Amino acid sequence: MVDFGGWDMPVQYPAGTIEEHLRTRKHAGLFDVSHMGEIDVQGADAIALVNYLVSNDVAKLVDGQAQYSALTTPKGTVVDDLLVYRFSEDHLLLVVNAGTTEKDWDWITSHRKDGAAQLKNVSAEYCQLALQGPDAVGILQKLTDLPLADIRYYHFTEGQVDGVPAIISRTGYTGEDGFEVYAAADKAEQIWNKLLDAGNYGSDTGVLPCGLAARNTLRLEAGLALYGHEIDENTTLLEANLGWICKLNKSDFIGRDALARQKEIGVRRRLVGFEVTERGIARDEQDVVINAERVGRVTSGSPAPYLKKNIGMAYVPSEVASEGQEIQIDVRGRLVGAQIVKTPFYKRQK
Amino acid sequence: MANIPDDLHYSKDHEWVRVDGNVAIVGITDYAQDSLGDVVYVELPKVGDDFAANESFGSVESVKAVSEVFSPVSGEVVGINETLADTPEKVNQDPYGEGWMIRVQMSNPGEVDSMLTAAEYEDFTKAEKE
Repeated sequence: MVDFGGWDMPVQYPAGTIEEHLRTRKHAGLFDVSHMGEIDVQGADAIALVNYLVSNDVAKLVDGQAQYSALTTPKGTVVDDLLVYRFSEDHLLLVVNAGTTEKDWDWITSHRKDGAAQLKNVSAEYCQLALQGPDAVGILQKLTDLPLADIRYYHFTEGQVDGVPAIISRTGYTGEDGFEVYAAADKAEQIWNKLLDAGNYGSDTGVLPCGLAARNTLRLEAGLALYGHEIDENTTLLEANLGWICKLNKSDFIGRDALARQKEIGVRRRLVGFEVTERGIARDEQDVVINAERVGRVTSGSPAPYLKKNIGMAYVPSEVASEGQEIQIDVRGRLVGAQIVKTPFYKRQK
Repeated sequence: MANIPDDLHYSKDHEWVRVDGNVAIVGITDYAQDSLGDVVYVELPKVGDDFAANESFGSVESVKAVSEVFSPVSGEVVGINETLADTPEKVNQDPYGEGWMIRVQMSNPGEVDSMLTAAEYEDFTKAEKE
């Protein structure tokens, strides 16, 4: 167990990270991600408030839809990345990272105008279980009457899982199809155990409980950013290749001007994916070297269990941020060859 | 319960030594491989490299972490387990056999006497777990 944003969380379960990772790609993995924070926003100007704080366009959401977005600073850098759920025109739920929940809460409440939306930090009230992988829909369907096939990607519905009121969201952080289920915190164990039963836990093709290490390798193969690694208050969304969640033409939001300016003049550095081409494993924080010059830094580096390669993401100067560019990684004093490649590294067959 | 063979010497860094004349065969213990998880990469020194006792001679990497490995004895590396380059999982599967790492020509064979016995190492790992 490790401390993760104040939560005791397992790095891996007995099957081990590699098996957990592969099982999620081939069948299903179950993740207890109850550490994630939830902030409830209600009131007539809920959408207006959140839309001023985040980069994506909340006004485009319909009821029952979720959206990936970011809380931005005036410089266009990232306070946090999050999911915005729309229940109705006056009710949103923000799902934020565990380690940043308090910071986000302070940030959001400090920008609330008097008498506007009602905010509530409901993190402790919810558990969140993520069931991910090609078998996820079949497993979860055994525990609910809701027709899950009708829930489209990045949409959600409210219903019951094993008789427990829940939010069932077709979202995830693994690059697979799957669901994130939110329910009352004291029901976590019940739903967890029922999902393992329904998923035939114990068989070679059944669901496996997965720890933080597999969650990290799965999201890295899928090319997804992790707050504190690829994105933070020193990286802008454009540098992080998250221009697709910067809706510069929507109503004004914090950081819009900075992002518009950066878009016009171009970014000086950019986040890229790379594959190690020699023996060695790149790790977080190692330097990127080109022609004996230290030009960048690895944000996440790891073996990729499904791809059976050693991969990573790194910030490099824009002029070298192109596919095929040869780079080296300083692996504890040894320069190891690598090549910039397209991301996501892994994309599931649909 | 970790496997701790009686006929080996153990270090507090979780290496084992099997003495073969003046040569020490070095690997990591069952307890160590179990704590590390799936080993995906092993970096070993070259034959001919010299190490002092308790000096790092290489590293073992799991998916999540890098751990240095230390030579419990002083001397010259006279053999390395080259098969670990392609099959690092042998460290998990057979830590005291096919998962061995290096052979060291000991310059001071008396050093093994200050290592832990199997019983002492068992107590040590129990204390570390608590």
